[in-house]
Amino acid sequence: MTQTNPSGEPYLSIENLWKAFGTFLALKDISLEIIEGEFVCFLGPSGCGKTTLLRAIAGLDLQTKGRVLQDGKDVSNLPPSERDFGIVFQSYALFPNLTIEKNIAFGLENTGRKKPEIAARVNELLQLVGLPEQGKKYPAQLSGGQQQRIALARAIATNPGLLLLDEPLSALDAKVRVHLRHEIKELQRKLGVTTVMVTHDQEEALSMADRIVVMNQGVIEQVGTPTEIYRDPTTLFVADFIGEMNQINAVAGTSGRIKIGEAEMISRPHNFAAGTPIIAAIRPEDVIPHGDDALSPGLTDEISTQENAFEVTVDEMEFLGSFWRCRLASKRFGDTELIADFSINAVRRLELGEGKQMMIELPDDRLMAFDRNEATQ
Amino acid sequence: MTVPLTHTSRMPAGPVVKGKLSRDDLIMRGGMMVIALYLVVTLALPLYAMLSKSFSTYRFELANYEFQVSDESGEFEGTILRASDLNASTGAYTATELSAGSDGRLGVTNFFPEFSFRSPVKYQIRNTVEDGRFLVGSTLHDGTEWVTLDSNTFRRVQLRPTKSTGVDNFVNYFSTPALFNSIKNSLWISVVSTIVTVTLAFWFAYALNRSCMRFKGLFRLIAMAPILVPSLLPGIALVYLFGNQGMLKELLFGASIYGPIGIVIGSIFFTFPHAFLIISTALAISDARLYEAATSLRATPWRTFWTVTIPGARYGLISAAFVVFNLVITDFGLPKVIGGQFNVLAVDIYKQVIGQQNFEMGAVVSVVLVVPAIFAFAIDRLVQSKQVAQLSARSVPYQPNPNPRTDRIFLIYCSLIGLFIVGLLAVCQFAALIKFWPYDLSLSLSNYQFDKMDGGGWGSYFNSIKLGLLTAVAGTSIVFFGAYLVEKSNGFKMGRSLFQMFAMLPMAIPGMVLGLAYIFFFNNPNNPLNPLYGTMAILVICSVTHFYTVSHLTAVTALKQMDREFESVSASLKQPTMKLFSRVTVPVCLPSVLDISIYLFVNAMTTVSAVVFLYSPKTTLASIAVLNMDDAGDIAPAAAMGMMIFYTNAAARLLHLLASKGVLQRTQAWRNR
Repeated sequence: MTQTNPSGEPYLSIENLWKAFGTFLALKDISLEIIEGEFVCFLGPSGCGKTTLLRAIAGLDLQTKGRVLQDGKDVSNLPPSERDFGIVFQSYALFPNLTIEKNIAFGLENTGRKKPEIAARVNELLQLVGLPEQGKKYPAQLSGGQQQRIALARAIATNPGLLLLDEPLSALDAKVRVHLRHEIKELQRKLGVTTVMVTHDQEEALSMADRIVVMNQGVIEQVGTPTEIYRDPTTLFVADFIGEMNQINAVAGTSGRIKIGEAEMISRPHNFAAGTPIIAAIRPEDVIPHGDDALSPGLTDEISTQENAFEVTVDEMEFLGSFWRCRLASKRFGDTELIADFSINAVRRLELGEGKQMMIELPDDRLMAFDRNEATQ
Repeated sequence: MTVPLTHTSRMPAGPVVKGKLSRDDLIMRGGMMVIALYLVVTLALPLYAMLSKSFSTYRFELANYEFQVSDESGEFEGTILRASDLNASTGAYTATELSAGSDGRLGVTNFFPEFSFRSPVKYQIRNTVEDGRFLVGSTLHDGTEWVTLDSNTFRRVQLRPTKSTGVDNFVNYFSTPALFNSIKNSLWISVVSTIVTVTLAFWFAYALNRSCMRFKGLFRLIAMAPILVPSLLPGIALVYLFGNQGMLKELLFGASIYGPIGIVIGSIFFTFPHAFLIISTALAISDARLYEAATSLRATPWRTFWTVTIPGARYGLISAAFVVFNLVITDFGLPKVIGGQFNVLAVDIYKQVIGQQNFEMGAVVSVVLVVPAIFAFAIDRLVQSKQVAQLSARSVPYQPNPNPRTDRIFLIYCSLIGLFIVGLLAVCQFAALIKFWPYDLSLSLSNYQFDKMDGGGWGSYFNSIKLGLLTAVAGTSIVFFGAYLVEKSNGFKMGRSLFQMFAMLPMAIPGMVLGLAYIFFFNNPNNPLNPLYGTMAILVICSVTHFYTVSHLTAVTALKQMDREFESVSASLKQPTMKLFSRVTVPVCLPSVLDISIYLFVNAMTTVSAVVFLYSPKTTLASIAVLNMDDAGDIAPAAAMGMMIFYTNAAARLLHLLASKGVLQRTQAWRNR
């Protein structure tokens, strides 16, 4: 599943990487290319192999098989000290008995730099992460978010070619996390350093990454920009793992058509042979609401695809702040309920309420078909 | 879940990626090898030497010697006499006399009843096999040619025994009731001491952790005091209290303190702090929520005790029991002082080796003693490994509520225990200051004139301090560095687990056994390390190895609390691991480093068992001096020296406390937010 970005030479290439712990395969034939200056997120549930992959890139836990090339050089079997990267861990791993300054200066020592030069660089880095004046403090005197920024400063102090972030935000509380997300992204853009971040938080990945590598059970499920991953998931796993997704048992019809229950609908083009059991999937926010009188044209907004529109009953409504989450029941779906997110505006305009009948439409370009075998595996 | 079918899930065959070792990896592996080698040389090889000794038997093989006797004129007529036949006809030696130690020698003139060293008769002797051995004077003959000697020289002929390997020594041991009775005795006193100590220590720890009685700090301090003295000191106190001229002799109603009673009481004294510490830790980590649940279910205190308290502390109790058992069965000093005619295994080793110079039998008793010691040790380890994660992060520490009645009962109970401990120490101090018990009760310092007694005088006291300091410095460095290497190096799994095993082994080896093993190993003239024998260095080495395990575990515990990723960060910053070690690891772990060093110091000051075989006239030790002065009947000076050890250790502890505080303030400023 190699993907080359045509706009640049790959800075980091991973070729057919395998990692075995005893008989358990943590990484299965992973290949990936990352271009210079790119921010890439490894995203997946715990145990999917994303941290294992990061540690193989760093040389902290060597892969069992396969090659890692960085900047044109084969680093596959080099120890971490002979590779070129900076790393930030979830635990920050700041040296507790050294001041902030000394923590940041740790990697600058023994590199031929003179003392004033080191001091200047430390100051510059403290400025960069927005914590000037804190240099004399000890790590325990800073908040979690501040500690993480110091860890970041320490990692980039020597201008490494590659920045590795291992769940850097997971130990922080939600507000700080959102704030730091933005800051790290800004910093990365400013420095232009190629960055790989491991996370299990999809929001984090979607908001920070240039490209996301979705992993599951030791394999790469999909590689793509955040919008690609979100809008065009190639596997049911990706569709399900990122964002919300309705999953409805269906049967493939002829190309571009699917059958849910008795009704035939138009979906995105698919390659399933007619009659194949499939899963029809659509995101809650893609469900378009229409009033109960939508069938009389002209009164409300128009239904674009008549086949994909049908009547439902609002079974339950849940107010989630910026939108309403509705559970919709329909004869077509049997016991399965369809989840739809409607804007507050739409709810008000259509005077929706529990028990109310309404028309909805599943837009054909948002209705996807996936292999049902995949789901049962 | 999902596995796209495009992926093969079988790893292709072919070579596995082999990591290139960094300089740091090499340094760390090298360091680990060095320390592992240290443990092999100071532990594994001596034990092996001892084990092989226990299976070595020496016999005079009379069939391998032949004689000829000349007539008065010195002419040999050619009759060859075999030594075995001569012995059969003359009955010169019995079968038991023919089995010997490695140093055994056998005269030959007894084979010739008419022998006279003035007679002109000449004798010829030869070995019938190559490598047979006999001495003429001090010259060894091991060839098969005839040696002709006049009768005056012939009386200086001595046969040497031949070594063979077998279980004869063990057969011998188990067919001598005087010896194997000790097994029963040792087990008996160990079991009784264990039951009593663990029970007493449990209630003491319970009072300190679960009641609101007063003076808890003081009682905690008192409970730890016995750790500061050699195990034989309570024996001396008991002699003063209940001995033949004891102050409270009547309390025993005619029973003798010399024997099991004395050993058990003394054992309770010196094992109490160990049991107390373990049980106290177990009780301290109980979860208050369980007690709240019990109360809300209206369980009676009695039921709560048996369903919550005891199960919560059960691993601590089991662990304490095996630790105490191990301490008692391997202890040598106490039964030596107060055991009387009651033989136990540890003293048997001493008697066989020092008293009878029968090293092989000493080795046999050692092997016998190692069996229960290793057994107790293994169970303790098993229990400790199960104890992990009993306390979750969400547990709430238990806070006792005041209860005047039970608090008072606990206070009385703890006072009695405290009186027992302080009392025995006070008796020793009192004895040391009395001129001549029980006839002249005036106070005097004459018992402190150690130079007039056996045991090495004040020199041995200063030797002990030197040993304590050297052991603390060398031991802490070796142990902490070794623990760091094994805990934080990458890969090399086999080597690391082997190292861990070696580090655990010393705890299972009784001191007497280790000391004896050192004799066999280091006193062997063929060993290049032989010059160490009889020096201070071997005492330091022996002490470091003897107390390796607990120090190692302390270091490992401290290191496990360090962030696992420090080494990764340091490597990514291209800094040498040793820089990280000296700038971060050691400073952060300094409290534990100090704990290890005081542990080593105190133990080196008090230990008797391992070093009793290894000291030389130049390296006599205070603890040994206590033993030897007591042996020589100078009990008051022995008590005085014992108390010197106590005060020294107490002072060292105090110094350690102050130093820790000072160091903490200076280097651990980061701890205070």
